[in-house]
Amino acid sequence: MSEHHKDYTGAKLGMWFFLFTELMLFGGLFILYAVYLKRYPKEFVTAGDQLSVVLGTTNTLVLLTSSFFVAMSITALQRGDKKFSLRLIGGTIAFAGVFLIIKYFEWTAKFHHGVYPGSPHMKEIAPGESIFFSLYFITTGLHGIHVIIGALVLAWAMLGVKTGKVNGKDWILLENAGLYWHLVDLIWIYVFALYYLVL
Amino acid sequence: MANATTHTPANRGFLEKSGRYGGIFSWIFSTDHKRIGLLYFWCIVAFFLIGSLLGALIRLELFAPGRTIMGAQTYNAAFTLHGVIMIFLFIIPSVPAAFGNMILPLQLGARDVSFPRLNLFSWWLYVIGAAMAVTALFTGGGPPDTGWTFYVPYSVGTTANVSLAAIAVFILGFSSILTGLNFITTIHRLRTKGLGWGRLPLFVWTLYATAWIQLLATPILGITVVLLFVERVLGTGLFDPSLGGDPIMFQHLFWIYSHPAVYIMVLPAMGVISEIIPVFARKPAFGYKAMVISSLAIAFAGSLVWAHHMYTSGMSDTAVMIFSLLTFLVAIPSAIKVFNWLATMYKGSILLDPPMLYALSFILLFSIGGLTGLVLGSAATDVSVHDTHFVVGHFHYTMFGGTGMAFFGAMHYWLPKIYGRMYNKKIATIAWVTIFVGINVVYMSMMVVGVQGMPRRYYDYLPEFTALNRVSTCGAWVLVTGLLMMFVNIFYGTFRGKSVGSNPWGGATLEWTVSSPPPPENFEEEPVVTHGPYDFKKAGVV
Repeated sequence: MSEHHKDYTGAKLGMWFFLFTELMLFGGLFILYAVYLKRYPKEFVTAGDQLSVVLGTTNTLVLLTSSFFVAMSITALQRGDKKFSLRLIGGTIAFAGVFLIIKYFEWTAKFHHGVYPGSPHMKEIAPGESIFFSLYFITTGLHGIHVIIGALVLAWAMLGVKTGKVNGKDWILLENAGLYWHLVDLIWIYVFALYYLVL
Repeated sequence: MANATTHTPANRGFLEKSGRYGGIFSWIFSTDHKRIGLLYFWCIVAFFLIGSLLGALIRLELFAPGRTIMGAQTYNAAFTLHGVIMIFLFIIPSVPAAFGNMILPLQLGARDVSFPRLNLFSWWLYVIGAAMAVTALFTGGGPPDTGWTFYVPYSVGTTANVSLAAIAVFILGFSSILTGLNFITTIHRLRTKGLGWGRLPLFVWTLYATAWIQLLATPILGITVVLLFVERVLGTGLFDPSLGGDPIMFQHLFWIYSHPAVYIMVLPAMGVISEIIPVFARKPAFGYKAMVISSLAIAFAGSLVWAHHMYTSGMSDTAVMIFSLLTFLVAIPSAIKVFNWLATMYKGSILLDPPMLYALSFILLFSIGGLTGLVLGSAATDVSVHDTHFVVGHFHYTMFGGTGMAFFGAMHYWLPKIYGRMYNKKIATIAWVTIFVGINVVYMSMMVVGVQGMPRRYYDYLPEFTALNRVSTCGAWVLVTGLLMMFVNIFYGTFRGKSVGSNPWGGATLEWTVSSPPPPENFEEEPVVTHGPYDFKKAGVV
């Protein structure tokens, strides 16, 4: 395909379409959340109170900062500062790691209290609460997988920058990786609001 | 085969060995949209034959009450597999993935789709998903026996290998999404000079509408099967009433995808018919704009009607009424299409070549399927025929009589272009008559026996249903005969048929301006479009 000129607008358009599908994927979980919230409003509040708003807020800040970093890395590359761009991407990936570590502590704390899907404890608590926690684990779990994928895509883009394949004239790979990362961030903001804040 | 002389076309186009790899690798690693289209095509045909065999075995089992050729558990597995193979491996990818890939870039005047490597990846995902679905048969606790709908709670409780089948469906869905994404981007970005939105062939428009459904609805299926998988492995209880979950939510999520999926199956089929009819009636398509708008309207309205599969599942009456009303609304754009096809043929000089025969039978069979759909869409009548053989008859009329016939029509219309060889038209016509008779005998008797009260998916039935079941099974034999005749003829024609020129049917769209088979990069130089897709006079073909 070497003789074909690259279609940047097309490549970006395709990425946006892919982001739509990701939104719909999480949309199914948000529908379940809405229906079960309507059915078990009190239980959702009781269960929601058990999530740590501090850790949730910290993670939100981590992701927002990381999104800022990846956006800056594109600008840095466009301005020809390859080294700074690489550092910024590296920083974004590091933030992804921090997010996952915090998430790990949140999850294991829940596990210690016997709160995990299929546990005997989940069968004892009110049905609405167990539904809340099941949805919480599935949603944050799926989101966590997206964080990992996002970090891998960013690492791929970083490699591209390093080898010069992604550069000040052709940065579409990095931009698309960045778009994906913003989506990961955006979905988390909704998850944060729905599971930590409003209840 | 008197007229099927065997001589090699002078130009083998893209079929000529080229690129880095030789042999089979020049196909399975090819990013050429035509090669990928053909890869899809032959896989799809293979799965169609397997699915048909299973269907024929189901009919054979129902030849008489009680055990005929297989046990009850095998029967459950057989109809599940028949459904999964036909839906996910045949109908959904049939027209868009096979013929969409072959024809879309040609009709747009493009060299390829926007993302050729992603396109190859989609095909690989399709193959991997298919392989996993097949593996599910022979591993774990036995072949899945839930029906293709995977309804909870049975699908969570059964020891059969539902988990692997669910992952397979997820992967197949991913493949479908990527194809849709590729097509939308291609249609937006790669239209050649002069090919404005108002000059797009109607097939492209239907692929466009379909691609949007693939893009936006398929992820819901993805999350649904993921939830099913998690439910089976971890016991999350999201669909389990004893843990506060609701099995109806599974049905909602499942149908939020699977009803729009019906339009993924039928819209491109309608596009094929919209291509064939003007060409063989030698008249421009009647009501081009109405055809475009109705395609988009079907895609949109079709996404809002999913719960009409659930009238008897326990929804509120208000919900039933709203979904019933919306269902009736979808009938409007579908009817617009049927009337426009008829108006296109009015006073045309109709040529009854095989593609046209398939198109004509599509209109009749799809209308029967559509009108019986209204019986099911109306809540009052649905309650009495819900989950009977009437439903089975109905959707086979739309899916087989509709999409199946369009797929065969597309085969007879476009394969001569792709391979540069013509099949035997006389045998094709005889095969068509046989298939047409077969379909009506099989499925009409199913609808009648359904109205009489025979439930679907049951292993056994009351003696009074025997006569009609026998008629249906005999029809299945006719149908299988016709199918074999058609495929053998196509197969023979594809590799040994008489070579054809660039425009055997006199079409006015861009794919007919290049040689048959098309060259590897489609067009020597970027074509410029100066007329509409059905302007036969300006195209100089009449």
